[in-house]
Amino acid sequence: MSPQSMIEASPARQAGLRRFQKVNEILAYYQYDATNLIAILQKVQAEYTYLPQDILTYLATALKRSPSEIYGVATFYAQFSLEPKGKYEIRVCDGTACHVRRSIPVLQAIKRKLKLGAGEKTTPDLRFSLETVSCLGACGLAPVVVINNKVYPQQTPESIAKILDDINRREDEQ
Amino acid sequence: MISTTDALTEFKAQALAGQTATAVRVLVCAGTGCIANGAADVLTRFQALLGPDVVAFQHEAGTKVDHSGCHGFCERGPLVRVEGLNADILYTRVRIEDVPEIVERTIQGGEVVERLLYTGPGNGLRCRNEGEIPFYARQTRTTLANCGHINPDSIEDYIANDGYRALAIVLHHATPSQVCQAVLDSGLRGRGGGGFPTGRKWEFVRKAAGEKKYVIVNGDEGDPGAFMDRSLMEGDPHAVIEGMSIAAYAVGADEGIIYVRAEYPLAVSRLRTAIRQATEQGLLGQHILGSDFSFTVRIKEGAGAFVCGEETALIASVEGKRGMPRSKPPFPANSGLFGMPTLINNVETMGNVPLIIRRGPEWFAGLGTANSKGTKTFALTGEVINTGLIEVPMGTTLREVIFDIGGGVRNGKRFKAVQIGGPSGGCLNEQHLDLPLDYDALLKVGAMIGSGGLVVMNEDTCIVELARYFMHFTQNESCGKCTLCREGTRRLLQILEKIIAGLGTAEDLETLEELAAAVKDGSLCGLGKTAPNPVLSMLRFFGEELRAHVLEGCCPAKVCQAFKRYVIDREKCRGCSKCARACPVGAITGKVKEPFSIAAADCVRCGACLASCPFGAIEEVA
Repeated sequence: MSPQSMIEASPARQAGLRRFQKVNEILAYYQYDATNLIAILQKVQAEYTYLPQDILTYLATALKRSPSEIYGVATFYAQFSLEPKGKYEIRVCDGTACHVRRSIPVLQAIKRKLKLGAGEKTTPDLRFSLETVSCLGACGLAPVVVINNKVYPQQTPESIAKILDDINRREDEQ
Repeated sequence: MISTTDALTEFKAQALAGQTATAVRVLVCAGTGCIANGAADVLTRFQALLGPDVVAFQHEAGTKVDHSGCHGFCERGPLVRVEGLNADILYTRVRIEDVPEIVERTIQGGEVVERLLYTGPGNGLRCRNEGEIPFYARQTRTTLANCGHINPDSIEDYIANDGYRALAIVLHHATPSQVCQAVLDSGLRGRGGGGFPTGRKWEFVRKAAGEKKYVIVNGDEGDPGAFMDRSLMEGDPHAVIEGMSIAAYAVGADEGIIYVRAEYPLAVSRLRTAIRQATEQGLLGQHILGSDFSFTVRIKEGAGAFVCGEETALIASVEGKRGMPRSKPPFPANSGLFGMPTLINNVETMGNVPLIIRRGPEWFAGLGTANSKGTKTFALTGEVINTGLIEVPMGTTLREVIFDIGGGVRNGKRFKAVQIGGPSGGCLNEQHLDLPLDYDALLKVGAMIGSGGLVVMNEDTCIVELARYFMHFTQNESCGKCTLCREGTRRLLQILEKIIAGLGTAEDLETLEELAAAVKDGSLCGLGKTAPNPVLSMLRFFGEELRAHVLEGCCPAKVCQAFKRYVIDREKCRGCSKCARACPVGAITGKVKEPFSIAAADCVRCGACLASCPFGAIEEVA
């Protein structure tokens, strides 16, 4: 049975083909070269907001590596997430400069606002996800918060609450 | 195509002619800091107002609007330079609303908008440009000379400022071994923290046998509180490319990789543009400037791992693996990327190379101290008035940096400590303020220059909490390969957490010291070897504060929650009950219109009562 006819054989496989089409494009761009694994994972995450398990396994087969090797790289780097992220990715900088200029109260204010408990990263409606990062290199503006790559300088618990309110209002209107 | 040295000279002449044809140049800073403050909108507004259709100027030649890289004065952004009038003007904190006024009054009318100038704190003196602002005037900007003054997306701007001339010089007038010797003679040492003599490293790679060699630029600036390399990559990307091309010629490499950390998207895009331009002009590729030298450069983006700043870990990461270090030897100079001889230098180190070639090793060796030559960039941040990116000759004292350039501590607070060298460095106190900033002087006091982060702290910072912060960081970033780093940093963190929770014992102090030494000895790479430094420097220079936490049950900086007590002043309390209603755990009781009281055993020390009292009757005691 040819690969094409196997796919045509079942609707589940057809869905799978669609799901992996983007991954195949990414793999082709990087010439199925495992030394580009980090770049491949970055592109996959940009497409799906996270690294779904079935795609990691798929990558392993495509790159002729063991799934544990792919998983090992995916879990080593802080940038990669194995869980879905929110529509708005909030990153609170807790680098030294931000830390001494009180980044933790800002982080706590966001957690309160989003009602995220200890260890929770994403809101149930997938609108927001929250993480801390070690340094964004914008130390002159400490403390900073980044939401979907937009940098918000010199935040306070009050100012960040207002920014989140604005986002919520915009989203609710849509 | 610039295929010969003569063509480069001709290209420069044309670029310069293009510049003088413009009467007024508006340069909006588009570094990460200024963009966060709204510089992109300011730039768009200038472009809209001063587009090609606008001719209503007194100047015949017209105006050009450009963006630049980081000026370094991030605190005051967005920064706008206006060049070409009698003297250059630097406007600070420019808002989009200010743009029409600048166009009308400065560009068309030739006058200065006073209120947008930098005003010295204290004396109220307005400064027209960098020459008058103490923050800049006391610096020696050589590596950063182009940053903020050229358009980083323009190869014309770079070449107009003598760009790629150093490459032309070495390709036609020096042998690889002479280039290595020149760099060795200059006294340049690695700017990434290690401080290894750059010329010697180059010589090792040059002599190493291999069918292929690589040059890697380490742009994985992981130290929290450091952004020197980011600014250089964003503000003067061609300098990095020229520096690594010279290095490649010297060691015999034909392939280069710039490893940039994931958190720096702007640096990646500026470098990409620069690589494309250099390739289009033939300054990268085959037979560069008519010589036999060929060199290509590509970018690898990191994915967020501090340990990848370590060279063997970085190589593993470039190969697409987990970024874990390995034991040395063999050194990357003999067996690096894909087993080939590999030269790894930091961004700033590479940025110095074109200058050394152009101005000569003697010029460079004339700056700095006996064993630390040249200048060094520092990221000055934290509780200091002028935060930003600075460059000073090696050997400048901390006092000059923090008080003369940085303007002292913010909000009239007292200086307490400065953290140097990131999580691998240490905290220094007042007695070190006159210490010269060079590799050796800092090592003597158990700190290190590191990549150049300087975080200033005032009396409100608790050093124990800060040590906990750094241990949390290194514990999190330990790759797990060495047991003492993996487990030791975790235990150090636990002990510090215990002390901060008010549960420390005298025995913990001894364990801290013993464990810190063990982690240092038992780790393979720089991360583990330096991870205990914040703890060791705390024990050494802030022992009193640490002991206060453990033995006296108090936090002198009033930061650690566990040591806080809240009491109600019976005289001031009017019995309004606001505090009792604000208390989340019901620890405050009393009768209305009579003084309330706090049950210390139930109090969770959240401070909600303090904020709620309208009479200032609640006091926080440490």
